[in-house]
Amino acid sequence: MSVLSLIIKREYKARVRNKSFLIMTFLSPLILVGMVFLITYLTQLNSNTKRVIAFVDESSVFESVFSTTDQTTYINLSDQGLETAKEVAKDEEYYGLVHILPSTENTAFDIKFYGEETPSPGLVESIEAKIENKLTDRLLLEKGIDPEMIENVSRDINIGIENYSGEKSSKMSNWVKAGFGGAAGYLLMMFIIIYGNMVMRSVIEEKTNRIIEVIISSVKPFQLMLGKILGTTMAGITQFSIWVVLGLILLTVAQVVFGIDPSVTENMSNAEIQEILKDETLIVQIIEEAKKLPLLQLVFGFLVYFIGGYFLYSSIYAAIGAAVDNETDTQQFMLPIIMPLMLAIYVGFFAVIDNPHGTVATIFSIIPLTSPIVMLMRIPFDVPGWQIALSVALLIASFVFTVWFGSKIYRVGILMYGKKPTYKELFKWLRY
Amino acid sequence: MNSLLVADTVSKQFGNFTALNGVSIAVPKGSIFGLLGPNGAGKTTLIRIINQITMPDVGAVTLDGEPLQQHHIRDIGYMPEERGLYKSMKVGEQVLYLAQLKGLDKAEAKKRAKHWFEKLEIGAWWNKKIQELSKGQAQKIQFVVTVMHNPKLLIFDEPFSGFDPINANLIKDEILQLRDEGATVIFSTHRMESVEELCDHIALIHKSNKILDGEINTIKRQYRNNTFDIGVEMDASAFAKAETALQAAYKVSPAEFKSLGDELKLRVQLGEQGNSNELLKQLQSYGQVTHFTEVIPSVNDIFIQTVNESL
Repeated sequence: MSVLSLIIKREYKARVRNKSFLIMTFLSPLILVGMVFLITYLTQLNSNTKRVIAFVDESSVFESVFSTTDQTTYINLSDQGLETAKEVAKDEEYYGLVHILPSTENTAFDIKFYGEETPSPGLVESIEAKIENKLTDRLLLEKGIDPEMIENVSRDINIGIENYSGEKSSKMSNWVKAGFGGAAGYLLMMFIIIYGNMVMRSVIEEKTNRIIEVIISSVKPFQLMLGKILGTTMAGITQFSIWVVLGLILLTVAQVVFGIDPSVTENMSNAEIQEILKDETLIVQIIEEAKKLPLLQLVFGFLVYFIGGYFLYSSIYAAIGAAVDNETDTQQFMLPIIMPLMLAIYVGFFAVIDNPHGTVATIFSIIPLTSPIVMLMRIPFDVPGWQIALSVALLIASFVFTVWFGSKIYRVGILMYGKKPTYKELFKWLRY
Repeated sequence: MNSLLVADTVSKQFGNFTALNGVSIAVPKGSIFGLLGPNGAGKTTLIRIINQITMPDVGAVTLDGEPLQQHHIRDIGYMPEERGLYKSMKVGEQVLYLAQLKGLDKAEAKKRAKHWFEKLEIGAWWNKKIQELSKGQAQKIQFVVTVMHNPKLLIFDEPFSGFDPINANLIKDEILQLRDEGATVIFSTHRMESVEELCDHIALIHKSNKILDGEINTIKRQYRNNTFDIGVEMDASAFAKAETALQAAYKVSPAEFKSLGDELKLRVQLGEQGNSNELLKQLQSYGQVTHFTEVIPSVNDIFIQTVNESL
């Protein structure tokens, strides 16, 4: 067996047999699912709290809009006057008090909300909307227009989007694409950080165990570094595969038990979910759009950028691990890794989703340190071939460069003990 | 005698620091070679060059007449000063892994590992993790790892540092046995007295330069200076008289050695012209001679003397 495959095998076993690996692998999907349900539960709990709101309407125009619902009880204190009403609301610990004061002939109003604490923006908006609607209706009636007529003639418009060769897409498709791209980019970032750190820790471990010199009297440092990166990658792929399988199982179980799809429940209340479930077309639409994605390109791109990006960063991680004696010393070198990753994620979530083919998105999808994440997010939106070619070429070139660069620092660093190197010293090591 | 390992004017720079400056050594086959010098002299750098961990800037190293190549790592067993093992890996697995890295196939590695584990009576540790072993036990494993692939050349950097005396002796005996079976051994240490009795050949390294090398007895012969420790039993009142008489002819200083009686104990430097037999005759005239030994310079003395001379 070749030396490299021996090293890969050992590194893989060392990662996979580690207790924390097992715990992470099997516990984190459970934690994730648990979180989804917890959040769903908490949002329900939050919107289920009953509120009592009093109002004093001195115009007597809006009394009818304050109708009590499941969650909010409205109490009419109009006959008591503002000052008394305020005291009542305070004594009775009402959530708040709405005061409506007509200013010019019942067409403009001075409206205030009094309360112990600042009301939630949602509540204020809903009260505003109630009053606005009522007022509009009133003004329309005064001008002799029946509000129902307006409702009858208003129409929903959906613009169909097609490219010149006749392929259809829609707003929904853009969201699906952004979702897929975003998920892929985010996954890559997580993978780089988690497994890059693992590579780094394993390098530091060999240094602190002092086995490093025994090993490199048998193999080249470059082989050891490469074996380490590859072995750890394979452990990572194993973990992700297990997660995918576990995730699918848990999702199925959840669907059977609760009859809902947890992925959309996070920000919605129960009523909204029911509405969506009734409205089957949305889910059908999403599935249809997902089918239309350039899947082959997506999978291929994912693999290329995954491997390229991961190698690019993990060789830097390995070099950092070699340069220091213990993990606390790594902080000062972390910035150059975290910065471009964060930048890529922000560019991805803002620039790409806003305009996938804009200048910012295009440039960052070509610069090697950010390209894996940004380009992965852009790929669902049909990126021109030359851009992908250029970005992949640059990625490969810089990945070869960082592996070379990393192995130089690694080679010197693993035999250095005791001092915390500066950037200047690292640069010097390149010439040893 | 033909040499197994030859380093020819090897130099190595680290930035502005010169770690080795044109150092040449020749290690004879089947010998025990002491690479001696204080900390930071450049010994470890030279050893790392021999192990192809670092490359020399200038100069070449040959093993068995061939310039060093990748495959030569199989012929070398190296126990570095900074030694250790994977703590959370099982002993057996670890030994097999390291042996396979040295080019043994798995079956062969297993066979030899069993042999060594039986020899050192450590078979019971096979399935333990290193972190469950004591330091001394781990050191034995370290030794097995170093010698398991039957290398022609064994290199030990600071061989006995960190070993407890029992293990140090055990390992010393094993090393001597390996030498008898044909292996060549290099000891590198700054504690010169610890390997003096074992070495056939030595090279002294000081501040990146080799200052002396050769067969140890030849070197010692060069550095002998006709000095003897003597002991004479006589009446204590006559000590002063005898000492004065000796001082007239030779350089005399008090000597320290163990004996049973309260003799006159002196170190007498005869000088280039002096004759030991004449000294003996003179001593016999004072009383009963109990002690008459040539003072052989230790490697440490030679080192200090050489460094002083080169200044």
